[in-house]
Amino acid sequence: MMTDKKKYIWIEYLIFVCAVSAFGLVTENTYYLQIMTFIGINTILGLGLNMLMGYTGQVSLGHAAFYGIGAYTTAILSGTYGINPWLALVCAVAAAVLIAFIVGLPTLRLSGYYLAMGTLGFGMIVNIAIREWADVTGGASGFVGIPVLEAGSLVFMAGAGYYFLVWAIVFVAMIICRRLLASRTGRALRAIHDGEKAAVAIGINTHFLKLEIFMFSAALGAVAGFLYAHFVLFISPESFGFMFSIKIVTMVVIGGMASVWGALLGAAVLTLLPEVLHGFAEYEMIIFGLILMVVMIFMPQGLTRGIMDMIRTARRARA
Amino acid sequence: MQEIVQYLFSGITTGAVYAVIAVGLSMLYSSTELINFAHGEFVMIGALAMVTLWVRLGLPLPLAVAGAVAAGCVLGLVFERLAIRTARNPEPITLIIITVGAGIFLKGAAMIVWGKDPFSMPSFSSHESIEIFGAALLPQSIWIVTAALVLAGGIHLFLKQTLTGKAMVACAVNKKAAWLSGIPSEKMGILAFGISAGCGAVAGIFIAPITMSSYDMGTILGLKGFCAAMIGGLGSLWGAFAGGLLLGILESLGAGLISSGLKDAIAFVLLLLILYIRPGGLFAAKEAKRF
Repeated sequence: MMTDKKKYIWIEYLIFVCAVSAFGLVTENTYYLQIMTFIGINTILGLGLNMLMGYTGQVSLGHAAFYGIGAYTTAILSGTYGINPWLALVCAVAAAVLIAFIVGLPTLRLSGYYLAMGTLGFGMIVNIAIREWADVTGGASGFVGIPVLEAGSLVFMAGAGYYFLVWAIVFVAMIICRRLLASRTGRALRAIHDGEKAAVAIGINTHFLKLEIFMFSAALGAVAGFLYAHFVLFISPESFGFMFSIKIVTMVVIGGMASVWGALLGAAVLTLLPEVLHGFAEYEMIIFGLILMVVMIFMPQGLTRGIMDMIRTARRARA
Repeated sequence: MQEIVQYLFSGITTGAVYAVIAVGLSMLYSSTELINFAHGEFVMIGALAMVTLWVRLGLPLPLAVAGAVAAGCVLGLVFERLAIRTARNPEPITLIIITVGAGIFLKGAAMIVWGKDPFSMPSFSSHESIEIFGAALLPQSIWIVTAALVLAGGIHLFLKQTLTGKAMVACAVNKKAAWLSGIPSEKMGILAFGISAGCGAVAGIFIAPITMSSYDMGTILGLKGFCAAMIGGLGSLWGAFAGGLLLGILESLGAGLISSGLKDAIAFVLLLLILYIRPGGLFAAKEAKRF
C-alpha cells in the first residue's frame, strides 16, 4: 500500500516536471511566461498558507505581511545597501521567521474568529508600517531600483530564465511540504486540525507545533516575496495589503484545503481570473466576487474536491 | 486645551460612526455567529444611496434617509437569502470567504452604478458651528452623536421590551434551546441580518457629509468597525458602542498629537492588545473562548 502510494507520488512529480519544462521550452510569448511565473510565486504562497490553514486548521488573514516582509527586506538590502541578493534572501527569510515567532507567540493562543482578527490586525499594521516608513521603504509611492538576480554567468531576467527559477523553487517547496506532512510532525498537525484538545491529550505540544508551522509558512511567504520583488523590480505597499491576504486565503480555499495540488490549482485560478476578466473591464470586480461566492456556496471543499465529486456523480448517473 | 477639545469633538464624531458600524456587526454576530466581512459595503451603499436620493433627486431629508436605510436593509436581506442561506457547509472559513466575495461584488456593483469619482454632500442642517472652549463643534457632529444614541437606545429597547427582541436574545444565548421553545430561530437570524445591514446604512448616511463618499470607502470602515466591536466585546451592544467611541477618540488624539500617518494603525494595535490581554473585550463580563 505504502509503496504503491510512493510510486504514485513519483508519477505525479514526473508529470508535473514534464509539463512545467515543456511549457517553459515551447512557449516564447513573454506574456504567457510572465503569467506562469506569477502562478508559480502564488503557488509558493498558497503552499505555505495551506500548511497552516488546510492541514493545521489555523486561519490567517494577514499572510500578505510575510510576503511583504520578504519583498521589502530583499529590496532594501540589495537595492539600497548593495548586498548580494542571495544573501538578502537568507536575511528576508530570517526576518520573516523571527517576526512570525514574535507575533505567533501570543496570536496562536487564540482560535476561530479571534485568530482571524488577530492575524488581520497584524497584517494591517505591517502594511501601514511599510507605507509610513517612507525613508527606508519608499512609502506609498513604492520602492524603485531592485537589482536583477544573477548566479555566476546566469542572469534571471523576465522570461524563460525566471520562469524556470520560480518553478524549480515551487517543486522544492512541494517536496518539502509533502515530506513534512508524511512525517510525525505532519500527523501531529492533522491531529490539531481534527481536535486541538484531543491532540493535547495525547501529548502533542500544540502551541509549539502551531508556532513552528506558522514560522514555516512565513518562511515560504518571504521566499515568494523575494521572487516577486526581483521579478517585477518595483514594489509598492498595495501589493501586500489586506485584499492580497484575502486573495491568498481564497487561493487555498478555492483550490481545496489540505491538498498540495489544490494550492497549485487555486493559485492558477486566482492568477488567471483577473487576466481573463480584464476583457470585462468594469465588470471585473462583480464577476470576481460572484465566482468566489458561487464556488464557496456549491463547492465548500474547493475546486479539487468539487470537480472530483462531480465526476463521480456523473459516472454513477451513467451506470 | 483648545486643541485637545477639538480633537475630542472630532474623535467623538467619527467614534459615533464606528459605534453604529460596530453595533451592526455585533448584533449579527450574537444572533448568527457570523462575521460579515461585507458589512463595510453596506456603509458605502448607505452613503451613496443618500447622495443619490438627497442631493441628486432632491427628496426631503427624512424620506431620503428612510430610502437609504431601506436600500441597505433590502440588500442585506437579499444577500442573506441568496448567499448565506444557500451555503451547504456553514464553516467559519467558508462563510468568511462568501462574505468577502459579497463585499467585492457590492463594491464592483457600486463602481458601475456610481462611477469611480468620490462625492461630497452638504451638512444636514446649515447652522453655524458652536464654539466651546474655543473649539468648533459642527452641527453635523451633534446630528451624528444623537442618531447613534437613538439607534443604540432603540435597539436596546427592542431587545429588552418587545417579544420579538427577547426571542432574538434567546437565539443569541442558545439557538437550539430557543428553537425548542418555539422561537423561529431562522427568522430571527434573517431579522438580525436586516437590522445589521440597516445599521451599516445609517452609519453611511451620517458619515457622508463629513467625508468623501466613493465605491471603495467601505472596506476600511468595516475593518475599523470590527476593531471597535472587538474592543468592546463581540456580541455586546453597549460594549460595541463604547468601543466605537473609544476608538474614534484615540484615533483623533493619536492623529493630532503623534502623527496623522499612523492614525489607521491605532485601531489595529488596539485590536491586538485587546486580543492578547482581554480577548472578551473591555466591557465583557465573561472570558471569551481562548484555547
